Amino acid sequence: MPRIPDERPLRPKPAIIDRLRQLLPAASVLSTPAELAPYECDGLSAFQQRPMVVALPETLEQVQAVLRLCHSEGVPVVARGAGTGLSGGALPLADGVLLSLAKFNRILAVDPDNRTATVQPGVRNLAISEAAAPHGLYYAPDPSSQIACSIGGNVAENSGGVHCLKYGLTVHNILKLKLIGIDGEPFEVGADALDSPGLDLLALMTGSEGMLAVIVEITVKLLPKPERAQALLAAFDSVEQAGAAVARIIAAGIVPAGLEMMDNPAIRAAEDFVHAGYPVDAAAILICELDGFDAEVSFEVMRVRELLLAEGATDVRTARDDAERLRFWQGRKAAFPAVGRISPDYYCMDGTIPRRELPAVLNRIAELSDEYGLRVANVFHAGDGNLHPLILYDANVPGELDKAEELGGAILELCVDVGGTVTGEHGVGVEKLNQMCVQFDSDELGQMHAVKAAFDPHGLLNPGKAVPTLHRCAEFGAMHVHHGQLKFPDLPRF
Amino acid sequence: MAELVEHDSEADLTEQMSAAREARTSLDIRGGGTKGFYGNPARAAQVLDVSVHQGVVAYEPTELAITVRAGTPLATVEALLAQHDQELPFEPPHFGPAATVGGMVAAGLSGPRRPYAASVRDAVLGVRLLNGEGKAMDFGGRVMKNVAGYDLSRLMAGSLGILGVLLNVSLKVAPVPAGRMTLVQEQTLDGALVLLKRWARRALPFTGTAWLDGKLYVRLGGSEEGLKQTHQIVGGLPMPDADAFWTDLREQRLAFFDGDAPLWRLSVRPATPATDLRIDGAGEPLVEWGGALRWLRGELPAEQLRDRAKTAGGHATLFRPGRVEPPADGVFTPLEPVVARLHHNLKQAFDPAGILNPGRLYPDL
Repeated sequence: MPRIPDERPLRPKPAIIDRLRQLLPAASVLSTPAELAPYECDGLSAFQQRPMVVALPETLEQVQAVLRLCHSEGVPVVARGAGTGLSGGALPLADGVLLSLAKFNRILAVDPDNRTATVQPGVRNLAISEAAAPHGLYYAPDPSSQIACSIGGNVAENSGGVHCLKYGLTVHNILKLKLIGIDGEPFEVGADALDSPGLDLLALMTGSEGMLAVIVEITVKLLPKPERAQALLAAFDSVEQAGAAVARIIAAGIVPAGLEMMDNPAIRAAEDFVHAGYPVDAAAILICELDGFDAEVSFEVMRVRELLLAEGATDVRTARDDAERLRFWQGRKAAFPAVGRISPDYYCMDGTIPRRELPAVLNRIAELSDEYGLRVANVFHAGDGNLHPLILYDANVPGELDKAEELGGAILELCVDVGGTVTGEHGVGVEKLNQMCVQFDSDELGQMHAVKAAFDPHGLLNPGKAVPTLHRCAEFGAMHVHHGQLKFPDLPRF
Repeated sequence: MAELVEHDSEADLTEQMSAAREARTSLDIRGGGTKGFYGNPARAAQVLDVSVHQGVVAYEPTELAITVRAGTPLATVEALLAQHDQELPFEPPHFGPAATVGGMVAAGLSGPRRPYAASVRDAVLGVRLLNGEGKAMDFGGRVMKNVAGYDLSRLMAGSLGILGVLLNVSLKVAPVPAGRMTLVQEQTLDGALVLLKRWARRALPFTGTAWLDGKLYVRLGGSEEGLKQTHQIVGGLPMPDADAFWTDLREQRLAFFDGDAPLWRLSVRPATPATDLRIDGAGEPLVEWGGALRWLRGELPAEQLRDRAKTAGGHATLFRPGRVEPPADGVFTPLEPVVARLHHNLKQAFDPAGILNPGRLYPDL
């Protein structure tokens, strides 16, 4: 089990459990080992930690009361939606309260005239689109976990998904948040309008990983469902050609609704699992979706087909109907479980790189895969450069989890080296704390800590996540002398 | 079009900031000075001229991103993008030939295309800035999918320079639509709002909408077939020389914007009925953004406007005071106490000495 990367001294205050029982209904306070077990990790199951207690408030007043109590007693709080996060953002603290928003699961309003929905944070992402469907509307950001993930978690991570190339991230699709600060004070950011006065706190809160305030209500934008969606599946003999085809499509002024790439290991795994008809000998496949107004889609499908063939696609299939379009996507959407079939464990990475760097990065990943002796399958949001290498390992083999983590870290650092970022959509959580030391310098991290202090001066909201301490970076830097230069040379090392 | 100049003035600007901090002199960050009218009046002691920091740091059309130094003229950047059939998706107003990219981001103003494409804040991918302590830092990056750390680069959009001096900005760019057409038809305001609401329920290729003086203008962008089909749905007649109209709208050169009567900007729910925002003393509004943006002229009571805008889900800004004195609490709608406190804390986090653009966003920031 990897050590919990929490540097804070533990100060458990079990007396708080009784105080919580006074504030919340009996069923809303969980404290026995059996009750706590389901909360000990989120989607990053390699990191586990039982919280001291779980609180499941049902009302805003209860959320306020919990936070006020934790604030006055100095007890840390970790907020959790559906617990599907892939970076350990909802990993509990041994001396903390795990604040679950799962009971906040109501859709409060759908406003088709203004094309918005007002929802509680525990509402599932897909449930919003389901509620909007009778009005011909939907909520665009579609992380692959959307049948399970919560919109509150989506906002905390600024989640993306296949369609964010055309429709943006969560931050581009929300209008307003109601939040409660660590001191129990409620406040709103954003508005029902397209902007609001003052600093853009809506942008700041989105992707803040539960570190600045607790989200209790979200107003999202709804978009009209596209009149038509059409998908193409293209096979290539090399990743380079597939990458060049992507660049050509973008250069032609087309913004696909989705543009995904899979490499050969990912293709094979997916085809074995789903039998979507993928060409298993292709070095890479591209799945391109175009949506919108009927006439536009026809025009774009023709153009994209031409461009794919011009860049050397060995086969281009256009979906004959909606069922076939969904089948093209099935393999991609099932990529992770497909890979899970062929390996006892897998570790899903998440980094973004400039698109043009893809062939070089994939080559380097192949080299690293050989060096570490672990297979890697790659799934790539080709349209926006967000890469998901899937590292296959067996946790039962001693040392293999550590090797997988190290390989993952090396891949993330490679992303930064080529001008990208260590996380495109999964967030930093606990998983990428070390890599944050590579992507940011001490001034930048210091500025982030100052922003955190503006909201939570005592560091009670999700401490130890997302933004590493400078001390941690100094220690990490000592172990990873990069290009012969010691990072943070002026910080003391212990 | 201004020629593309390359000049890295970061070291010089850092030094000037250092001197200002030591002397405790407040700074008025100025690019082209074209957004000086917007927001609350500058009361800083000294100008920090950032227009000297110019140049394109990186531009690759197939990455759909451009990185420029903040003092680069906006017109220069737009011309460069146009050469590759690309544009800034939020269609920013310049308000003068000297407008810079940094000023555009700091002012956070988007044009007619905003609701159909993106806002300036949406398009920010990353910034390099000097904070109030003179430290240079990079946030965000050059890629859209980036959630490493707090979104401090997007926080800079619309901050009116109170948190930092923008050095470099990375922006998402978009392809220019294949073709465009503007359709005009006579409509009352009520009629226009009903149509806009109805059309917004379909994924039509709109790139701009406006209602003014009994006419509804709809700009479309896309393929020839798409424009033709949309024309069938929207109706109206094609408008010749429409580009000039949209530019004049964006730059506030239409007759509606003439004179020194105060100009109020109401940002509201798009389907807000016209009657909810009818104020005594104001004429008919100019409406944009499918109904989400309403301009009013006249010496109108701030409290009433703010109240009505709030009920309509948004806020009211005194965009140009014209001949009147701005309200004592500033041209922007005052913040709720908790949010105001957070603003103070954030200002402290970036600029503890308070030397950057004091008073521009709110009189006490």
